[in-house]
Amino acid sequence: MFKRPALLTEKNFHYCPGCHHGIMHRLLAEVLEEFNPEETVGISSVGCSVFIYDYLDIDWVAAAHGRAPAVATGVKRVKPDRLVFTYQGDGDLAAIGTGEIVHAAARGEKITAIFINNAVYGMTGGQMAPTTLTGQKTTTTPEGRNPSQQGYPVKMVEMLSVLDGVAYAARVALNTPKRILDAKKALRKAFKVQRANLGFSIVEVLSACPTNWGVSPVEALKWVDEKMIAYYPLGEYKTPQEGVE
Amino acid sequence: MKVLMKGNEAFAEAAVRAGCRYFFGYPITPQSEVPHYLAKRLPEVGGVFLQAESEVAAINMVYGAAAAGARVMTSSSGPGISLMQEGISYLAGAELPAVIVNIMRGGPGLGNIAPTQADYFQAVKGGGHGDYRVIVLAPANVGEIFTLMEKAFDLADKYRMPVMVLGDGILGQVMEPVELPPLKEVNPPPKPWAATGKIERNDKTRRIINSLYIVPEENEKHLEQQFAKYRQIEESEPLHENFLVEDAQIILVSFGTMARIAKSVVLKVRERGIKAGLIRPITLWPFPKKAFTAASIPAAKKILTVEMNGGQMVEDVRLAVNGRIEVDFFGRTGGMVPESNQIMEKVLAIAREVE
Ligand SMILES: Cc1ncc(C[n+]2csc(CCOP(=O)(O)OP(=O)(O)O)c2C)c(N)n1
Ligand code: SF4
Ligand SMILES: [Mg+2]
Repeated sequence: MFKRPALLTEKNFHYCPGCHHGIMHRLLAEVLEEFNPEETVGISSVGCSVFIYDYLDIDWVAAAHGRAPAVATGVKRVKPDRLVFTYQGDGDLAAIGTGEIVHAAARGEKITAIFINNAVYGMTGGQMAPTTLTGQKTTTTPEGRNPSQQGYPVKMVEMLSVLDGVAYAARVALNTPKRILDAKKALRKAFKVQRANLGFSIVEVLSACPTNWGVSPVEALKWVDEKMIAYYPLGEYKTPQEGVE
Repeated sequence: MKVLMKGNEAFAEAAVRAGCRYFFGYPITPQSEVPHYLAKRLPEVGGVFLQAESEVAAINMVYGAAAAGARVMTSSSGPGISLMQEGISYLAGAELPAVIVNIMRGGPGLGNIAPTQADYFQAVKGGGHGDYRVIVLAPANVGEIFTLMEKAFDLADKYRMPVMVLGDGILGQVMEPVELPPLKEVNPPPKPWAATGKIERNDKTRRIINSLYIVPEENEKHLEQQFAKYRQIEESEPLHENFLVEDAQIILVSFGTMARIAKSVVLKVRERGIKAGLIRPITLWPFPKKAFTAASIPAAKKILTVEMNGGQMVEDVRLAVNGRIEVDFFGRTGGMVPESNQIMEKVLAIAREVE
């Protein structure tokens, strides 16, 4: 389909068929190539993407579950000229790591968070995530998420975009070619915002997990449309006034 | 030139003099003067002071800064150190150097802010998950804070592991005159393993800082390397102070500020003709086992470990003497400090026994 970005290693992805982590890795590789990958340090997290350092040929620091924004803060404060980003799932960023992401954003930490929202805990067996949709069946909400018991899904970019430290916040999806292009644009903009020292940037990616949604890869694309985008509207929630087109 | 300095400020100034330029921490009594001092001092030397949103975040910022090759520290107390344990385990797993100052307070739970040594087990035996060690240094006075902080950063870099400097509320708060060591240029060893971006390396190879070894055989191999390192540390790094032990029949063992009170007891009972002495472990891990061999304490008939807790280091003392000599314990806990006359009574009772 596309030519393999030079930044992707030879290693084959371990992801399930139809998983969007792989698409996102490729987009990330392409966008980083537009910047200087040698100046980049990635912070990996704990989740299905825990082995991302095997796939993208840059320096990595592997963080504990949820702590990537704090680790990124440490790296960036020591090396302010580097492009520093985190790659985190929704359990990682929006549950156990809520404190770290909110405060990195509030401090206007000059890092970029790539936030993979697949509405479940993929790695540990499809449990409810903070982003699991109302009514969605997971291994820990066998009758479907019931707001009276499990509350409501968390809208992270909406929440974060009200913080003054946040310079760029966008939500994208990967279920059509056009949306993949939009996702790439958003990613590029997020890194430009970091390069321009404007503050914290985050791109939330609505991402398919056919395995834990219990659907086929093709059905998963529809599921993103009908269920996820319906609740998590796509678009830019915050963009800088100037400095980045 | 001698200056009057508070213990907590000494931890902070000593860190700066040891080349530390990054501090990440969260407020907690009784260590607050450490961040207060560094908030002012680090920007003066081009460093970064950052107040984190929690100790969990702070230790992970330390992890990130260490991964990028910096000399970095945090400081905290009881509840905060508990929250840092996961991060300390990750530091050990990823072989990252960092210094953690731990000014112990009363526990468990919220406990109180009085001085104790109740976190010896937590510091020395781990507290985070996994098969790992942390070097633990225990200064007893403000002057020694300077030498041990410098040592802490050097050991952390040398062995690529976390080092804890363990004090108590007395040490943190005490004001003492110290001879400030001359300012010297600090040259930490090069850190070619650090994840700084490929740009900093001529060969453009990449670095991955990680503690994940998914294949058990590989994790065992990694840990065996750590254990080889730990054995080397146990061989070459133990430190202790001996005070009148040569002819001593009763050996007191105490660390940190407690050892100062124990020392005064040794002098008092010596006035009464009782041959007492003191061993003060300075490295708590590696524990100075050789200080307890028959050759090191040839006249010893009984050992009395004195601690500000319910009896923790005494277990390591017992392991060190391995049943050769009886080891007794005296301690007070919960933020109460053993008084010298209480210790003295205990020593006098032992003296009657060993006669
Ligand atoms: C402190 C801690 N608690 C729990 C876990 C177990 N754990 C590993 S991954 C994960 C959830 C990952 O879900 P998410 O972040 O959504 O990533 P995904 O796998 O869906 O991409 C959990 C709970 C852990 N590694 N560390
Ligand atoms: S479980 Fe879900 S998130 Fe994980 S690899 Fe499979 S499809 Fe992707
Ligand atoms: Mg997930």
